[in-house]
Amino acid sequence: MNGIHDMGGMHGFGRIPIEEDEPVFHAEWEARVLAVTLAVGAWKRWNLDATRCAREAIPPAAYLQMSYYERWLSALTRQMLDAGLVTEDELRTGRPGGAGAGHDAAAPPDAETARAMLRRGGSTLRTIQAEPRFAAGDGVRTVNRHPAGHTRLPRYARGRNGVVVCHHGAHVLPDSNAHFRGECPQHLYAVRFTARELWGPDASAVDSVTLDLWESYLDAV
Amino acid sequence: MTHEHGDGDLGHHEDHSHVPAEPALRVQALETLLVDKRLVDPEALNAIIDTYANQVGPRNGAQVVARAWVDPGYRNWLLRDATAAIAHLGYEGRQGEHIMALENTPGVHNMVVCTLCSCYPWPVLGLPPAWYKSEAYRSRAVREPRAVLAEFGVDLSPDVEVRVWDSTAEMRYLVIPMRPAGTEGWDEAALAEVVTRDSMIGTGLPLRPDDPEDRP
Repeated sequence: MNGIHDMGGMHGFGRIPIEEDEPVFHAEWEARVLAVTLAVGAWKRWNLDATRCAREAIPPAAYLQMSYYERWLSALTRQMLDAGLVTEDELRTGRPGGAGAGHDAAAPPDAETARAMLRRGGSTLRTIQAEPRFAAGDGVRTVNRHPAGHTRLPRYARGRNGVVVCHHGAHVLPDSNAHFRGECPQHLYAVRFTARELWGPDASAVDSVTLDLWESYLDAV
Repeated sequence: MTHEHGDGDLGHHEDHSHVPAEPALRVQALETLLVDKRLVDPEALNAIIDTYANQVGPRNGAQVVARAWVDPGYRNWLLRDATAAIAHLGYEGRQGEHIMALENTPGVHNMVVCTLCSCYPWPVLGLPPAWYKSEAYRSRAVREPRAVLAEFGVDLSPDVEVRVWDSTAEMRYLVIPMRPAGTEGWDEAALAEVVTRDSMIGTGLPLRPDDPEDRP
């Protein structure tokens, strides 16, 4: 999706907003948004790729108006509605609506389960039969595609020549998983691009940008 | 557009009739609803917040760096299989399932960004700072890393290679900064004190004990 989230290389956002002694949360509600998002995620009605996709689907003007955790709250609300975990009526009234809420009445994760969930995480590494097409040192060119759905190949790195730095094994493909079309794991590579390949002749002659890219994002050169 | 504070008056010119309620009120109402529906347990929410407010943070990463500085065997393991080497010190889990360590050298400076969202190695650094999630950092770090570094007070020689890593997958990156001069003979605990969060993102350098402004 060519959304506003894909902002690598853009101008106009000003200086880096560095804060001295920054708190982890700037307000209590930010902490609650983080916690509710992670806790509801434990029901596994969606996955992390779908969550990123939901945040990217916030219209560009609204996205830039929102703070970070407002985006989280907006996307979480959308995902819960889509999954049938809550209804519009319930959100409006703040009261459980009974039938139609789509919840199976199992107990929610308790504190101990939540801590274990954070400690366990969710590996995206998978075993696949296909051999990796590329190896460290290989030259590759990224595809120039502009899918309407979720992808992790940013615009600034499309149609560019790079070199494979290393192979990370096979990982869940976000482009598919975000849309509930299966994990479709593919080989994943760190690919390095010179700054001049990405940004032209005015860029540094020695600097580079490295991205993690799935095999279907890459062609041999 | 002004970025100065005190421009709140401008806000009164906006039409607020379609603006949703304050996020604080909305999340409170949502949390109450979800608790009533038994979709979340308030104690689980408190445990999640406690984890990232109090348990997990950049002191974890500093322990990893300090160990790598004093123990060449550990350093080699870290560079070969950071996920395992870091788990050995007890740090693992969400947003740190697959970690790579990037070692700075006199000729190479590494710097990490996530242009598409906010990917960050939670088990070793905690939650990302606001600037890491900002549009300014996400847009500029890949195109003009040296200008960004200058805003952090880091000026590198033009012949040092700046390697920016855009975290586009579930690989998380931890920068291993160079051990500063003046720390010869220090033990791990003392060394960990000079390892700043930003030095492990690549937007800062460790504190230099021989510099009076930096002394930890």
